[in-house]
Amino acid sequence: MTQFSVPWIPQYRPSASSVAAKALAVAVALLVVAVVGWWTSQSVFGGHPAAVLFLVVGPVLTAIGAAQVALIIKTWRRCGELLFRYAFFILIGAIVATCVGVFAGNLLFEWVSVDLVARADDPALVTWFNGPLTLGEMTGALSWCPGWVVLLLWPIQFPLFRDVVAMGVLVGFFNLVPAYTIWWERKIAGRIQSRLGPMRVGGWHGWAQSVADAIKLVLKEDLIPKDADAPLFRIAPYFALVPSAAAFMALPFGVGYVFRELDVALVVILALLGIEVLSVILAGWASNNKWSIYGAMREAVQMVSYEIPMSMGLLVAVVCAGTLSLTQIGEMQSGGWFSWLAFRNPFVFVALVLYFVASLASVKRAPFDLPEAESELVGGFHTEYSGFRWSLFFFAEYAAMFVVSALAVILFLGAWHSPLPTSWGQGVIAILGDNLMSRAVNGVLFSGPIWLILKCMFFLYVQIWIRWTLPRIRIDQVLYTCMQVLLPLGMCLLLGATLWVWAATSDHAGWRMFDQIVTWILGTAGAVFAMGFPAIAAYGFYHRRRMVGTLVSDVMPGS
Amino acid sequence: MIKRVGILAAVALGVSLMGGPLTSAAIGADAAPEVISAEAPGGLLDAAMFYLVAAVAVMSALGVCFTKNIVRMTVWLFGALGSAALLYFLLAANFIAAIQLIVYAAGTLILLVFGVMLTTKSPWVKFATPKLEMAGAVVVCAALFGCLCLVFSRTTWSGAETVVPGATVEAIGNRLLTAYVVPFEVAGVLLMIVMVAAAHLARQEK
Repeated sequence: MTQFSVPWIPQYRPSASSVAAKALAVAVALLVVAVVGWWTSQSVFGGHPAAVLFLVVGPVLTAIGAAQVALIIKTWRRCGELLFRYAFFILIGAIVATCVGVFAGNLLFEWVSVDLVARADDPALVTWFNGPLTLGEMTGALSWCPGWVVLLLWPIQFPLFRDVVAMGVLVGFFNLVPAYTIWWERKIAGRIQSRLGPMRVGGWHGWAQSVADAIKLVLKEDLIPKDADAPLFRIAPYFALVPSAAAFMALPFGVGYVFRELDVALVVILALLGIEVLSVILAGWASNNKWSIYGAMREAVQMVSYEIPMSMGLLVAVVCAGTLSLTQIGEMQSGGWFSWLAFRNPFVFVALVLYFVASLASVKRAPFDLPEAESELVGGFHTEYSGFRWSLFFFAEYAAMFVVSALAVILFLGAWHSPLPTSWGQGVIAILGDNLMSRAVNGVLFSGPIWLILKCMFFLYVQIWIRWTLPRIRIDQVLYTCMQVLLPLGMCLLLGATLWVWAATSDHAGWRMFDQIVTWILGTAGAVFAMGFPAIAAYGFYHRRRMVGTLVSDVMPGS
Repeated sequence: MIKRVGILAAVALGVSLMGGPLTSAAIGADAAPEVISAEAPGGLLDAAMFYLVAAVAVMSALGVCFTKNIVRMTVWLFGALGSAALLYFLLAANFIAAIQLIVYAAGTLILLVFGVMLTTKSPWVKFATPKLEMAGAVVVCAALFGCLCLVFSRTTWSGAETVVPGATVEAIGNRLLTAYVVPFEVAGVLLMIVMVAAAHLARQEK
């Protein structure tokens, strides 16, 4: 690492080894603090667990972190080589470790909060934080665990602690999804345009490109135009970021994997996505730039107009499902491919397409990306934004893309269930027994958050694919599409779906039989359509040497 | 500007903190936090959340009144409407909170912002209220405040009952289509009239 300097503080020129030395000094100091803290907690506080936590465990963990920083800085060359060579395996390993970690964490929380609390001797026993289990009771219940493990498990009974950890996981997810979607988009865009996309940064197919971009953007100069409205300029990205992040609060990834299970989750998510319009308007206005204002106005009109067909498409599915709770709608579709809501009704089938197109406009994706029209308005509403503020807008946009894809998946395409019926999971339980292993296998095969994420990735892929294939449409065409095509279509679908559901749930056996037959037909049509994607891809791959413009070269890496 | 925001925040926090004891004094309850938290034993956290959100709401409302920049007024208004939605969330009224966000924060406010921005000649136009209007406004607002205080102190509040979570959406839907069907349909017809009129007013002259 050569000498770097922070641009706006010319006198501060740290070198890397001085940073390492400082980190090591901090680690040693914290260890001393931990030793003193141990003595203090034993003598002054009598071994109270909170004192031990704050005075011993905290400093020790921070010291370990600081020592790691020093170690990485001292061995950065070797670390870099290893990272470069084994980038692919490290990436796959990190993904698998995250999935296993989330699963294990969820199990742990469930075990402590449900099983152990139920076994507490005196449920009315109130400790300082209103928790029902004292340390003594937990130690009694977990007599096979050493004392320090019980100390670590004790906070889990408090909903506040569980909420904080879950929020940390959600914030991490919210940050990783845009970073890797942007990388994936650049790769797909490259392939569509007969080139390869990022290839260098980090080794395997430039997987660290997003990380490098984030570091670059953070180090850029913080620029606010002279006559711009500075407070509004600063606050505008947060009007986009906070609703996108808060939408993850109500979004279920699985039956036990939802931050807050709301019975009106769908309306809450739609409300939060509607607030993002304000961020665009404020960003355009506060930039004091006429191109920004044009972009902001067009964008606000587009986003607000397309909320209506979006909501109508979702309402069609809600009419068929009968509830606004996303968890219940997800659980309704647990019977395999033919129980998915998209295939229950021809109206819902078309509503899926309607919702998808409307959601493209709502998240400002091409072909509706006039607000960001790079070739027309310089940058649209984010022209004057540079550095990290600009990236905040894109974090919000990609996270919103994920949220609208997740809504499409949950409402139409079976949520977190695989195409195989969940009842087949009983077979696995019969073979492996009703234990953790069968639960994990069922989670991967039949019903688990991984299926939701894979299906959302499919929708993200389709959104990226459409962006790099279709040309941008003009604002009057955008509004024509909304008001004169999608809105009447949405209304007809809503009427048709209501009549269909009313007929299909009546006592008339003929209507119900008709409904079943239509479900089978639609399911088969959907399966054929879905099989079409890998079929076309396989055809293209097999004949790649004969197709015009593809990268065909045996010496180019990755082809 | 930081100083102004700080003063507003302090006033708002003071007003909202006074609200607890005043309310409990008015209704004669012994412990204020129980009145505020609807569910149960995590009283301290619920009370803290309420005071925080109430402070933001009061600060935003004061910001709407005292700011001189018209676009900033709309941002403060978003703060006030969003805080109202947060208060609904704290009362476990999720549906109403979401509808508040959709109708007000993402609907009415956008309309207001459009109106403000398309009719403003410059971004720095300041409100300049004549002193007489200000005096009249103070009199009217003081009268309204007095009436509200009187009404609050004379109402018998129903005390710390627990919230009954249930199928609120179903209940609302049933009521809208049975007991309140006439206002529902009238509202629908009104909205249709508004849309037709707006479309007519907005069409280009041939």
